[in-house]
Amino acid sequence: MAQKAIREYDGKAIFAKHWNEYFDGFHYGFKSVLVTSGDELREKAKEHGFEWLTQEPLVAKPDMLFGKRGKNDLVLFRVEKPGDVTLEDAAKWIDEKQSHDVTLLSGEKGHLTHFIVEPFTPHTQEQEYYISATTVGEDDVLYMSAEGGMEVEEGWDEKVNEVHIPINMPDADMEKMVKSHIPADIPDENKAAFASFAIQFFKFYRDMNFAYLEINPIVMLDGGEMAILDLVARLDDTAGFMMKDAWGDIEFPTPFGMEDMSEEEKAIAEADSKSGASLKLTILNPMGRIWTMVAGGGASVVYADTIADFAGVEDLANYGEYSGGPTTGETKFYAETIFDLMTRYDDPRGKVLIIGGAIANFTDVAKTFTGIIQAFEDYAEKLKSHKTKIYVRRGGPNYEKGLKDIKAAADRLGLDIEVYGPETHVTDIVRMALEK
Amino acid sequence: MLDYDYTIGRDKPSVAGIVAPTSGNKFEKFFYGPDEIMVPLYKSTGDAVSEQPQADVLLNFASFRTAYDVTMEALELGDQFKTIMITAEGIPERLARKMNQAARDAGVTVIGPATVGAIAPGAFKIANIGGTIENIVNSKLHRAGSCGLVTRSGGLFNELSNIIAINADGIAEGVAIGGDRFVGSVFIDNLLRMEKNPDVKYMILLGEVGGTEEYKVIEAVKDGRIKKPIIAWCIGTIAKHFSSGVQFGHAGASANADAETAAAKNKAMAEAGIHVPASFNDLPATIAEVYNDLKAQGIIGEIEEPELKIVPKVRRPKQFICTISDDRGEEATYAGFPISSVATPDTGKGIGDVISLLWFKKQYPKWATEFIETVIKTVADHGPAVSGAHNAKVTARAGKSVVEALVTGLLTIGPRFGGAIDGAAKYFKYADDNDLTPAEFLSYMKSEGVPIPGIGHRIKSLKNPDLRVTGLMNFAAEHFPATPLLDYARTVEALTTSKKENLILNVDGTIGILMVDMWRALGYSEEEINEFIESGTLNAFFIVGRSIGFIGHVLDEKRLAMPMYRHPMDDILYDVPKAEPIA
Repeated sequence: MAQKAIREYDGKAIFAKHWNEYFDGFHYGFKSVLVTSGDELREKAKEHGFEWLTQEPLVAKPDMLFGKRGKNDLVLFRVEKPGDVTLEDAAKWIDEKQSHDVTLLSGEKGHLTHFIVEPFTPHTQEQEYYISATTVGEDDVLYMSAEGGMEVEEGWDEKVNEVHIPINMPDADMEKMVKSHIPADIPDENKAAFASFAIQFFKFYRDMNFAYLEINPIVMLDGGEMAILDLVARLDDTAGFMMKDAWGDIEFPTPFGMEDMSEEEKAIAEADSKSGASLKLTILNPMGRIWTMVAGGGASVVYADTIADFAGVEDLANYGEYSGGPTTGETKFYAETIFDLMTRYDDPRGKVLIIGGAIANFTDVAKTFTGIIQAFEDYAEKLKSHKTKIYVRRGGPNYEKGLKDIKAAADRLGLDIEVYGPETHVTDIVRMALEK
Repeated sequence: MLDYDYTIGRDKPSVAGIVAPTSGNKFEKFFYGPDEIMVPLYKSTGDAVSEQPQADVLLNFASFRTAYDVTMEALELGDQFKTIMITAEGIPERLARKMNQAARDAGVTVIGPATVGAIAPGAFKIANIGGTIENIVNSKLHRAGSCGLVTRSGGLFNELSNIIAINADGIAEGVAIGGDRFVGSVFIDNLLRMEKNPDVKYMILLGEVGGTEEYKVIEAVKDGRIKKPIIAWCIGTIAKHFSSGVQFGHAGASANADAETAAAKNKAMAEAGIHVPASFNDLPATIAEVYNDLKAQGIIGEIEEPELKIVPKVRRPKQFICTISDDRGEEATYAGFPISSVATPDTGKGIGDVISLLWFKKQYPKWATEFIETVIKTVADHGPAVSGAHNAKVTARAGKSVVEALVTGLLTIGPRFGGAIDGAAKYFKYADDNDLTPAEFLSYMKSEGVPIPGIGHRIKSLKNPDLRVTGLMNFAAEHFPATPLLDYARTVEALTTSKKENLILNVDGTIGILMVDMWRALGYSEEEINEFIESGTLNAFFIVGRSIGFIGHVLDEKRLAMPMYRHPMDDILYDVPKAEPIA
């Protein structure tokens, strides 16, 4: 997955790291901390350079990749009136918010773990602006508005100027286009400064390989001082290998509400990141009776489609795929994970395991089945006790040997198995499995 | 790819060369059917293109780290490639977009990235697509059918080929566009091309949840740019059951809006008149229906099933390679010419022709072969006193055979004996290549501590010229197209002889220098000529020529039946101190 969200704190840190290079003429005082508890905040305040935590009024928010924190009552900027939040207030608030599950207006439920704390920045509405950039179709698009904050989302079309920038447009042309699209209702005395900032913002977005970068609001204070009050960003993680130094030590956290990724999903994701092969697993319904282990990103989708068509999704336990030539060890680990998950809950109807795939172009089918067979050895008893019916369908190099081996091993272990090759339609085993 | 080429009976392999920047080899052996062929290796795409200007497809297998650079380099070579295929998955998005735009601007079709490739059955297959030969034949991918197939997924491409072979008559051309978000050619690009291809009678599109490419196809059907029947299905209907977060399928696939869901696209395509089955499971039946319908209308005819060549199951690579002569047939050949066609005088061929065939695998023109013969005759002998001849004579007098005595003489040939030919060629060429004036050349050689090879003679001088040298120079003046290096050498000679009369360009120097001029006039590159010098080819002329003289001396000794040679002791300076011990 190429576009990954990053924390507000990390996005601001990237700005701070490269500020002087890109934003000549403007100043950004990067005062921000990312903490996971009230105590950590108190400790941070004792460090050199972080005295502002005890000297200035603060704002605290969860930094968990979701927006609309204001609407969800998750922004602490006042106790009685705006700008009176102390260090102690913030620390207590953080601990309170962490102590229970939180459900957002959009429905996601989860646990708040990371918080960003910054100085309270007094400013007027007129000083708030909106700027963002992302890719639409093949082009980059820069969005600018004289209004920032929650208002810009209502009335987007009237308030926001869009500039479409083709990928190979020379800088000189881009700058001209941006300048000619500066929102008219920006006060004249600020237009030039905003234009200059917008151009530099776009170059920064482009060079740092952001897939999405939004500052809402960005506050232009006097003397070229900029305050980034809120930031949402996604990076193109395929650029990671080129951007190691530029990004620094960046984290790609799991989206809120999904970080209850199970241990097993985490383990597979880790194996995937370490391998050149692709190993993906998402548990949809851990108590479901239909489990799949399908090779290939395309085929796995087709199997999921077909299962949903025949049986609905209530019984579909997982979605995932393995491809790109995983080693025997990796395949074994993947299979074992599935077998372990599918033998935890009972179902009187018994379990169905679909080991499927298309006709491979170059994956050696016999080799990959070796890993599955090894997993069978360890889990045969458990699979049998859950009345598991196994259906295999695969084609490709060495498929005859692969099918023969897996059938022989399953027979030897007393597993209930049917094997099919490319003469059987790719998803026909779903019909066979579910019609019984 | 070579197995495929052989099976379908291509005239010659589809692979012209391989760009392998880190390999030291010049070629690599591959099987073509039962035999091995040598596929040339090049250090850069530029090199490959200059040697193989007819190759117009580039298959880019570089990893995601360098795939962008490789593609941009290829595009910058100008009008060379019509198609570039890129397998790498995970190229940074901005780089992929830049690359795709650059290709579009240049009018080059990019297939991929993140793809297994494409195939034009009966003509050309990219790398692994289609899998083993058995599968290729089973899926009728060895000859053109009537369908044009476009998919995102490589695995499902293969599956669909199989389905199409079972339910229809195979595919005419097929492309897997690749799983990444930004690919070089999308569905509509490929379908428009297939619309123009008369072999394609109907098309199949396997789309996916995410993106809006399918809508471009709907537009083209509505406005008549595509008239041929299309069968289409978007996979990923599962996604409608899950509201957020779950990533199904490829990096390119995630619905950001309702319009991008598989269900919406399938509905829209059906409404536009595209044949959309009820589910993926029903796809084979829909294909059969459309195919049979077109067949009934006479739009699709019978396909003539071609003969296939069989690639042998067991093949053993060969240990030795020979590229100059072949003794397997009725008569042995020198570089393709039967010996009898060059041996006798009436063939008009001389020793120089035979040398050009066996040493250079070329037919040199008359002026060059005559020059070679002149050189051989000139260096044939230089009397008994030179070390090699002396050795040969001494060994002959020890009662040894012709070959033993000859070899003893040849073993002296090297940097000090006969080496001036190599040396002159090397240094004069270096000076000329680097635009050194004669004076600069002289001081360069002085700084190297090496007397200029090819300059100097015991007795010959400007006033008393070496007629061997004059002969060679006159021949060259009259018959060589040009003699740039000799002209340069003459200016050097003018300077050296101004210091001392006998510092003339001698016969070794003249030969070495004229050899370089000969090769230049024959069209060899400077690198190739440098390689001749480095490898000792000039030395070889001396060896062949002087063997004539050495054998002459050996036969002379046998004729004379002189006794075993022992050097007179009064001709040896003896100075033998007593050996001291080391403490």
